[in-house]
Amino acid sequence: MATALELAQKLREAFPETILVPTEFRGEITLVVQDAGRIADICLHARDTLAFDMLLDLSSVDQYGDDPRWLVVYELLGLAHGHHLRLKTAVSEEKGELPTVSGVWPTADWHEREVYDMMGIRFSGHPDLRRILMWDGYPYHPLRKDFPLAGKPTDLPEVAFTRSAPLEGGPFITVASTADSMAREPRARNPEE
Amino acid sequence: MATSQTIEFRDPGARAAATAAPANPAVAMQDLHGDKLVLNMGPSHPSTHGVLRILIEMDGETITKAMPDLGYLHRGDEKIAENMTYNQFIPYTDRLDYLAPLANNVAYAMAVEKLLGIHETLPLRCQYIRVICCELARISAHLLGLGAFAMDVGALTVFLHTFTEREKIYNFAEWLTGARFTTSYTRIGGVTRDLPAGWAAKVLKFCDEVLGTLDDVDRLLTRNPIFVNRTRGVGVIRRDRAIAYGITGPNLRGSGVDYDVRKANPYLCYKDFEFDIPVGSVGDCYDRYQVRQEEMRQSVRILRQAFAKLPGGYENASHEPVQVADGKIFLPPKAKVLTSMEELIHQFMLVTQGINAPVGEVYFGAENPKGELGFYINSRGGGTPHRLKIRAPSFVNLSILPEILPGHLMSDVVSILGSIDFVMGEADR
Repeated sequence: MATALELAQKLREAFPETILVPTEFRGEITLVVQDAGRIADICLHARDTLAFDMLLDLSSVDQYGDDPRWLVVYELLGLAHGHHLRLKTAVSEEKGELPTVSGVWPTADWHEREVYDMMGIRFSGHPDLRRILMWDGYPYHPLRKDFPLAGKPTDLPEVAFTRSAPLEGGPFITVASTADSMAREPRARNPEE
Repeated sequence: MATSQTIEFRDPGARAAATAAPANPAVAMQDLHGDKLVLNMGPSHPSTHGVLRILIEMDGETITKAMPDLGYLHRGDEKIAENMTYNQFIPYTDRLDYLAPLANNVAYAMAVEKLLGIHETLPLRCQYIRVICCELARISAHLLGLGAFAMDVGALTVFLHTFTEREKIYNFAEWLTGARFTTSYTRIGGVTRDLPAGWAAKVLKFCDEVLGTLDDVDRLLTRNPIFVNRTRGVGVIRRDRAIAYGITGPNLRGSGVDYDVRKANPYLCYKDFEFDIPVGSVGDCYDRYQVRQEEMRQSVRILRQAFAKLPGGYENASHEPVQVADGKIFLPPKAKVLTSMEELIHQFMLVTQGINAPVGEVYFGAENPKGELGFYINSRGGGTPHRLKIRAPSFVNLSILPEILPGHLMSDVVSILGSIDFVMGEADR
């Protein structure tokens, strides 16, 4: 049974030109992928030949002030062998884009939408790259280091308000009675009647 | 100063006349066929257990498309975490999965301890207390999950039974931590205080009682034809799809995958205990219900073993520590702070600057009631994380909805949502 380090070595052998030597910290193996454009191929290889069948998490780090600015982090897990592997790749601020892995693991769909929402990194080939936690049309990416903790004022979007339901034109329009309320709802009956 | 405003009413007779006469009734009927109805469910629908909104497109009563809409409870927890010390963030973890705050506290503390490198050398009594907390939280969360699920599909009585038991767990939490909901019980490197006198015996008594209630729930639901008809074969998540979507916890095990972090990658002292991992076979709502039922019984099993093996016994006669002795990680005792220079410096540094964590990055996932709650911490050293990512199981578990909802009837949505058992506080963070 291969260890996590051996699996990481195997993955590196398949892509020697772009994957750096694995590093270990607290028993976790991290592989740095230099060319972010290859990340989808590498993930597909890890899933199909090394049995990393689950993507536990996909997160991003803003290395504000450094170049490249963004770091995208993938936490892989193989259910059959039980090993964990972390892939990391850097994306520059000018480019701000890397291939999606939602074709490899569908769970990446929402994770990538969250990264796009919070950090503003785009994923090329993503089927539906919309904001997920903030509303459509929100102008900022709040997890960036240059976004203040207190937030920035923004206009509330149109979608924050729903129009009231129409009073006419629907199937359940009632016709008002012409009788006055006493005649419609006789609450008291005169004894002499 | 009083102001007045004139409100104009249109003549009701004219309004009725405008809607009464369709140009051609046959044409109007034709348009109805094949026309899709878009229905907005939530964000404040009782069965969404919080603020989940789903846009559902229906053909008749059959769902053709579902689009979940999240974010109504987004508070920016990850941003907040970057701006405070590790210990200061613990109260925020109470509010992630607010049905199991004790388990969240433990998962978060373990993640930071992994960064510090002390997660495997915690005092044994501390590990046992944490396991007890996690399992109590699991029973509490599953009791609510089952009760609310049964209520959503029409069996109100179960909810009353499970809530009676859940109330007792809240009393235990209050007795142990001082708060019923927002427990904040762990600190980095230990727990705030030892078990109170008499607590352990009462929890063991509760273990017997809850098994009786689970039998009641079993009798009320497991062979109840209404419940079975509304859950069996509904919301099937196939094994391979569950894995591809990263589903964890009882929902993954309901689909027949025997993955449980407590067994696959044991943390704390879980390897000291004997317990089984229940798995389903079909992956429908009924399997997920049964997995949760059995998990609670297994939690009771773990609780009994944990109390039997608890180092120091119920009342800690041998004064076993419940936190690490390192004054640079855990606050030193107050009596020493006032008399000794070194402890005073430790206290000052911890309170003003926090724990001096090393540079590095860790991911720690714990088996929480809803699934794997993971924390990815990217540290550049010092007392605050550079980045803290919360891998919320509810967020990931909900992402399969657009795939499994189409083809079901509108009434099945309630069953499926109830069986997936999510918490929006965690999904939206």
